[in-house]
Amino acid sequence: MSRVTAPSGPNAAERRRVRVARGPSRPHGGSRASHPAPRPSAGWTPWLYLAPALLVLGGLLVYPVYQLGLISVLEYTQAQVSGGRPTSFRGLDNYTELFSDDQFWQVLLATVGFAAACVVSTLAVGCALAVLLTRVRALPRLALMLAALGAWATPAITGSTVWLFLFDPDFGPVNRLLGLGDHSWTYGRYSAFLLVLLEVVWCSFPFVMVTVYAGIRAVPSEVLEAAALDGASHWRIWRSVLAPMLRPILVVVTVQSVIWDFKVFTQIYVMTGGGGIAGQNLVLNVYAYQKAFASSQYSLGSAIGVVMLLILLAVTLGYLRLLRRQGEEL
Amino acid sequence: MNLSVRLVGFTALAAALATACAPQTSGTSSSAKDDKSGTLRVWLFQEVDNRPKQQVVDAVLAGFEKAHQDTEVSVEYIPVETRAQRIKAAFNDPKSAPDVIEYGNTDTAGYVRDGGLLDVTREFDAWSEAADTDPTARRSVTVDGRVYGAPYFVGVRALYYRTDVFEELGLAVPTSRAELISTAKRIRAAKPHLYGLAVGGAYTYGALPFLWADGGELAIGEEGSYASALDSPAARKGIKAYTSLFGDDNCPAAKCAGMNGNDTVTAFASGKAAMAIGGDFSHAAVEAGKVRGKYAVVPLPGVKPGSIAPAFAGGNNIGVLKSTSHRTLAVDLMKRLASKKTQGELFDAMGFLPTFTDVRRQAAAKEPFVKPFVDTLAAGTRFVPASPAWAQIDSSLVLPTMFQEIVSGKKDVAAASEDAARKMNDAFGAAG
Repeated sequence: MSRVTAPSGPNAAERRRVRVARGPSRPHGGSRASHPAPRPSAGWTPWLYLAPALLVLGGLLVYPVYQLGLISVLEYTQAQVSGGRPTSFRGLDNYTELFSDDQFWQVLLATVGFAAACVVSTLAVGCALAVLLTRVRALPRLALMLAALGAWATPAITGSTVWLFLFDPDFGPVNRLLGLGDHSWTYGRYSAFLLVLLEVVWCSFPFVMVTVYAGIRAVPSEVLEAAALDGASHWRIWRSVLAPMLRPILVVVTVQSVIWDFKVFTQIYVMTGGGGIAGQNLVLNVYAYQKAFASSQYSLGSAIGVVMLLILLAVTLGYLRLLRRQGEEL
Repeated sequence: MNLSVRLVGFTALAAALATACAPQTSGTSSSAKDDKSGTLRVWLFQEVDNRPKQQVVDAVLAGFEKAHQDTEVSVEYIPVETRAQRIKAAFNDPKSAPDVIEYGNTDTAGYVRDGGLLDVTREFDAWSEAADTDPTARRSVTVDGRVYGAPYFVGVRALYYRTDVFEELGLAVPTSRAELISTAKRIRAAKPHLYGLAVGGAYTYGALPFLWADGGELAIGEEGSYASALDSPAARKGIKAYTSLFGDDNCPAAKCAGMNGNDTVTAFASGKAAMAIGGDFSHAAVEAGKVRGKYAVVPLPGVKPGSIAPAFAGGNNIGVLKSTSHRTLAVDLMKRLASKKTQGELFDAMGFLPTFTDVRRQAAAKEPFVKPFVDTLAAGTRFVPASPAWAQIDSSLVLPTMFQEIVSGKKDVAAASEDAARKMNDAFGAAG
């Protein structure tokens, strides 16, 4: 279940980050002396304050990750769990088995490509609609907001089922509208991925839209006016004024989207029936689930989990380092 | 800055936490206790209409409680869809595990390897009724020559067809596989809104008779040393015959590649297919559908005219868990639940085919609809390899993947069957 509940943790944490990050960009008029006094001998006081958070993180993050790593170097299937066979140490054999499996590399490639497409589409749609929000009247804005919040609030499994029904070959309204007869959207590999991508974008653009919209609202109107007076087009204003000023926010939503879309599970599992025709629509998370839980190879599933963890850590840290080198304050 | 990097890092950590669970192991030895009184817990499967089953079971329990002083039995009907998780959990936590369970017969070898089921060979052989158990049913409770339960009922599949469609088009009931395929295509050509024969890429047990009819095998060898035979010429012939049914001239691959057994039966019951391969257990679902009164059932034809394709002998068993602390009582309860009398009553109540040949014969005399299924059983049935690897092969969708690769044109029969055979051999090798 941790898979399902995990996103709410990161989201909450990042939303908090958004607020913190936006602080400095807002002109406070005057007092710049907000730097804290130097702390030469902080001692154990900061740790005392951090203790509750560290305790929770330790219990909920470090320990499970430790277990994940441990299981991935053991032979651990249902027979070991229920005591039919002794648990044995396999070293890196699970990883060797994984890396020598062609299917793993195909799935990894599909996951990276699919996640990249999802991130780009989500950010494009989210940012475009955020800009649109600032330019329409109150009533359409309210309508768009409500529609987005509705999509956001819909549980992934409900959203997936509804989308699947919309595109159903026999009863779906989409085929009837487009006059496609009984065309099956989930049969072809790319059309199935496209269908899932649409659903993923639909349920994750609201977060981007709302966050970016809030960021745009915080941009001083004089700056935008000045740009408009200089004759900048909408696109130019976005590229040269808004995007740079919103950079910290865009970083957060990008990182969040990368993490979110890389580990998409529900949509693929529900919409392609657990990985599509002959496993053509498997992504890493579903693949790990099929290995770990459907066929009870817990250690192999853990190895996939560890690989995913490392990839996500590398992507996130690499991205942050890149920004830091460019001199951006996050 | 540093803190924020770490924070995002932790966020990523949290996000990637997918499959964590503690590597614990429950006790391996069977319980030493053999209490002669107390409460026994039983898990049986929850059927679609469970009431008649419950009445039969309640009568058995009343007799059991009367025969044993100070004993009580509590029965829980567990949903079929979540049985795998429930039974795994029971193996993991002997304290809250039941004493007696109903389980699917393809799971026997896997459960034995998991250390979950009690060896009841001695009691089973000493049981007077066991002599009439049909050999395939007996094989479905046997692993390495030891018996791990009592067969409860058998399930077998046959050919359902629409009598009204056949009459309208002037078709005869197919008696060979070639006729079956040509009939299916003729129906589709005459009535494009119907599938001729509803087939599914994920319908393993509907596809296996095609493979067996050609003399093909899933695996050859003995318990403990199986080798896949999917890539043998005979098996490939059967695979080719089955996959030839996917296409616009019978069952379009775009729709049928993803279907499983239930989907094909649903298609037939809702009037979307002229023929389907369904089990005796599908009878109720078809009766409840649109085609009620407009269909009949015959054994699935084999390759030679007039022959019957070997069917898969599915069904359920009753077993005792190794962790039980009431060994004697639990074994007695198992025998009572799977006795000739109970199986006869269960047939009357639910239509489940008895595993005793004599009881089955009486049942067939009473209910004409089971005749094609009994004939199919009498013609000889097959079973999946009695290896713990089978559970893994089944759950990792090795065969559905093979059929789907072929019907979607990703691979030809030779390449797909070779890949599937390799995956099966990997699983057999890992299971030892």
